[in-house]
Amino acid sequence: MTIFGFELKRNRISLIIWCAVIASMIAISILLFPLMEKTMTEMTELLANMGGLSAAYGMDQLSIGDYLNYYAMECSEILGLGGGLFAALTAIAALSKEEREHTAEFLLTHPVSRTRVVTEKLLAVLLQVVLLNAAVAAVTVICTIVIGQHPDAAKLALVLLAYFLLHIEIACVSFCISAFTKGRGVGIGIGLVLLAYFLNIIANITDKAKALRWITPFAYTDSTYIIKNTAVDMRYLAIGVAVSVICVIAAYLKYNKKDIT
Amino acid sequence: MFAVKTDKLTKFYGKNRGIEQVCLNVEEGDFYGFIGPNGAGKSTTIRLLIGLINPTAGSAEVLGKNIQKDRTEILSRIGYLPSEAMFYNGMKVRELLAYSASLRGKDCSKEAEQLCERLDLDPTRKIGQLSLGNRKKVGIACALQHDPELYILDEPTSGLDPLIQHEFFKLLGERNAKGATIFLSTHVLSEVGHYCRNAGVIREGRLLVSGDVASLVHTGAKQIVLRGTNTIPDIPGIQNPKAENDSVSFMYSGDQKQLISMLSQLDFRDINISDPSIEDVFIDFYTKEGE
Repeated sequence: MTIFGFELKRNRISLIIWCAVIASMIAISILLFPLMEKTMTEMTELLANMGGLSAAYGMDQLSIGDYLNYYAMECSEILGLGGGLFAALTAIAALSKEEREHTAEFLLTHPVSRTRVVTEKLLAVLLQVVLLNAAVAAVTVICTIVIGQHPDAAKLALVLLAYFLLHIEIACVSFCISAFTKGRGVGIGIGLVLLAYFLNIIANITDKAKALRWITPFAYTDSTYIIKNTAVDMRYLAIGVAVSVICVIAAYLKYNKKDIT
Repeated sequence: MFAVKTDKLTKFYGKNRGIEQVCLNVEEGDFYGFIGPNGAGKSTTIRLLIGLINPTAGSAEVLGKNIQKDRTEILSRIGYLPSEAMFYNGMKVRELLAYSASLRGKDCSKEAEQLCERLDLDPTRKIGQLSLGNRKKVGIACALQHDPELYILDEPTSGLDPLIQHEFFKLLGERNAKGATIFLSTHVLSEVGHYCRNAGVIREGRLLVSGDVASLVHTGAKQIVLRGTNTIPDIPGIQNPKAENDSVSFMYSGDQKQLISMLSQLDFRDINISDPSIEDVFIDFYTKEGE
């Protein structure tokens, strides 16, 4: 696991910064809830009647005066976009950065198989995603206790789980792109996450665009569904799992045959 | 057994030629120089041998192992030096050498320290702060520290000062004397003349010639320079005649007695008859063949 350890060591600063920023934003959002709770309850009616905009954030069906709804809504931006970007950027860099900076020539001329390189780098990326989500979960639990809220633990756990799975899927897709490109992946990574995010918003706004949910991995993070049913929408999640598996297999196949020039 | 053996090895990058039908044989224990102008296919050949790229056609064996099937085993037994060595910038030289050794599952810290000393490289420096030449030294230490059986070196001396070049070839000589095979590419022809036993010339992706350096250089041809005359003598069999600045030079590879008797009838002030230099021989290969 030499490469695995090396990857984690090289990425530790970036991981710490992302964790600190995302976890502290989550913490601030939670700690602000008591201040906003009263106003929020009054605003719920207003917000629920803003038509498309309300639908985009699921506010037409859920009261943001409720702590769990409030939390899920904040999460969709901080954890969905922020965590998604972290997963994408980390995974995109995993293989392609070595080629762009010509260190692949160093790494791959050691007696390590391409399969081993891919495996250890993928595990390092996935562990970083796990660590980020663990930090977020820990901060969420602590801050929730601090403000004295008692949300349904199962629902809260499912919201967090859905975002964790979203990050894993984004990481797998980005890792695959990393195997195919030679550098220049950063733009693709950011673009991919933003595109998926906005596709989900569009899908939420109008029923005509509902089919977009089959494309965007954000579909299974839909907190309206999770909180109502105490479950993640398995149809969308199944697609996400399939896409992840296919991407990882493609990454292995491609990287094993790739010319390093 | 051959340390390197390629059979009609061919690589195309899309439609661009890398190398075509290269059949190269390097004996175990050899000190082999691989020569050719820029873009001739030296690096492509080397990258195929170490499995960084895959051949379009043909096959090759390194240390008796297939370059595609046994890539990892080959890599564990060779030391490779890239022409432009790039490393992880944030690391110190010592850390990088230790990482390289750990990827090989070895501890080479003693050998690494000795190499750094001999190459005059400070192991506490950060890689990112190193000059081109010093980065090259890091590459050399990486290629040498695990004491491999075969050294594949892509333009090893570019960027090194003459003192270090000398020390480097001394190191290679020691390893070669202990039985290791050296395969290096270069376009510094004097290096080949000084250090290599065998050499091959590649041009436009094709191997033109391969053989021992002595017989490649000593073709029996002589370089003749006459001073104090401007007329090219009428001797049958002379090649590359040139007349400039009150002197005439040409190559001759016919009967030498006949040459002397012909020369004795000419009018000149000074004469110089010599073996052609290795530069002359290879520049001849670079420019003449294939035209």
